[in-house]
Amino acid sequence: MPYPVEQNAKFAAYAHPERLVSTEWLAAAIEAGDLDGGKLVVLESDEDVLLYETGHIPGAVKIDWHTELNDETTRDFVDGGAFAAMAAAKGISRDSTVVIYGDKSNWWAAYALWVFTLFGHEDVRLLDGGRDKWIAEGRATTTDKTAPAPAEYPVVKRNDAPIRAFKEDVLAHFGRPLIDVRSAEEYTGQRTHMPAYPEEGALRGGHIPTAASVPWARAAAEDGTYRSRPELEALYLGEAGLKEGDDVVAYCRIGERSSHTWFALKYLLGFDTVRNYDGSWTEWGNAVRAPIARGIERGTVPSAP
Amino acid sequence: MNTSALPAALAEIVDDFQALTEPDRLQLLLDFSRELPELPDRLKDHPELMEQVVECQSPLFLTIETEQPDGGPESVRLFFKAPPEAPTTRGFAGVLHEGLDGLTPAEILAVPDDMPELLGLTRAITPLRMRGMTAMLGRIKRKVAALPLHS
Repeated sequence: MPYPVEQNAKFAAYAHPERLVSTEWLAAAIEAGDLDGGKLVVLESDEDVLLYETGHIPGAVKIDWHTELNDETTRDFVDGGAFAAMAAAKGISRDSTVVIYGDKSNWWAAYALWVFTLFGHEDVRLLDGGRDKWIAEGRATTTDKTAPAPAEYPVVKRNDAPIRAFKEDVLAHFGRPLIDVRSAEEYTGQRTHMPAYPEEGALRGGHIPTAASVPWARAAAEDGTYRSRPELEALYLGEAGLKEGDDVVAYCRIGERSSHTWFALKYLLGFDTVRNYDGSWTEWGNAVRAPIARGIERGTVPSAP
Repeated sequence: MNTSALPAALAEIVDDFQALTEPDRLQLLLDFSRELPELPDRLKDHPELMEQVVECQSPLFLTIETEQPDGGPESVRLFFKAPPEAPTTRGFAGVLHEGLDGLTPAEILAVPDDMPELLGLTRAITPLRMRGMTAMLGRIKRKVAALPLHS
C-alpha cells in the first residue's frame, strides 16, 4: 500500500482496515494537497448520472458505472483496454491509491470498487459514509469540474474468478452459503424489483434456494457508514449463520447492492472467498429451469434436474 | 422522426439538445433540473394530491390541473416534485414542464410517446434511465386522457 492507512479504533477492528477511509482522513488529505500528482485519486460513483455535477468533493473525478464500467453491447464489464483508457483519463496509475465514494450509502461506490478489484487494482478504498456523510458534515463541495492530468495505466486482463460468480458457479455452489441482499418483498417473491424502482424484467419472483436474506442496508448505520465489526458479526455470523472460512456468494438484482455486502464480508469480516453474482436476479429470475424458492423460508438444496 | 410534430416549446427544447455535443446535453439537462419550479403551497402541504411515477429511479411525484380562462381554450398545468439529489429525474421533469405546461389537452395527447429519445441523451444517460422520462410522459398523457370532457 503506497499511501498511509488510516488508524482509528473502529477500522482497526475490521479484518482489512486499509480498505476504508473516514471523511476526516480524506478532508485532511485534500487539505494537505495530496490529490496533486496522482498518488491519491478520489472518484465519485453515483446512481444519478448528474449528481456529481450538482457539487462534489473538491478534486474528485466522476466515474459513471453504467457508461464507463459496463460494456455497451454485451452484458459484461469493460475489457482491459477500455479499463486502462478510462483509468488513465482520470489520472489513475496502477500504483495510485484510489478512494471511491458515492450516493445511497456507497452502493455504486462499492460496485466501482469491486470492478477495480476485478482488474487487480491494488489500493482501492471506500470513503466510509460516502457522499451523504460528507455533505451532512458540512464539508466543502464544489461544482468546478476536475481536470485530471492524464496518467498511464497498463492493459490488465480482468480476473473474474476470485470475486465474481456466474450462474453456473452458483449452481455448483449449492450446499455452501448464499446471501440474498434484496428487500424482503423481492426475496419472498412478492415483487421482482426494488420498491419504487423500475421493473427490470425478471419473469419470476423469489430467491435462490438456501439463500439467507440479509438486506444490504442492514450493514450500514444511519449515517451511511458501515456498522462496527461486532454488529456485522451479529448479522452475518449470528443471524445469517455464516461460519469462519465459509465460501460465500452474494447477489441482488444486478450486482450493485451485493457489492456493498461483498465489501463487508470480504474486507470488514475477512472472509477469503466471497464472490458477487452480478447476473443476480435479472438473470436467475429469467433463466430456464433455474430453481427458485418462494416465501420467507430459505428452501432446500435442489436435486439435480 | 423530426420535431415538426411537436408543440413549439418542446420542439425548441429538442432542437437545443440536438445542437449540442453529448457532454453539453448533460449540462443542459442539469440546467433544466435547476429550473424546475417549486410546488405551489397548496400542493406542498398536500402530498396526497400528487402521484408517484414508480418507473423513475428516484422518487418523482406529479399532478396536473386544468385552467380555462374566460372564453379561452382549456389548458393543462403540470406540477412535479423530485428531490435535489435526483438531478436527472428533475431534469426530465424540467424539460416536460417547459415543453408542455399550459398546452391544451389535445396538444399534449399528440406528443409522440417516444419523444424523450429525440433529446439525444440515450447513450450518455443509458436506455434504463431514459425509461423514467418515457414513463413520466406516459403518466402525464394518461392523466390528461382521463380528464372529464368539456363541451
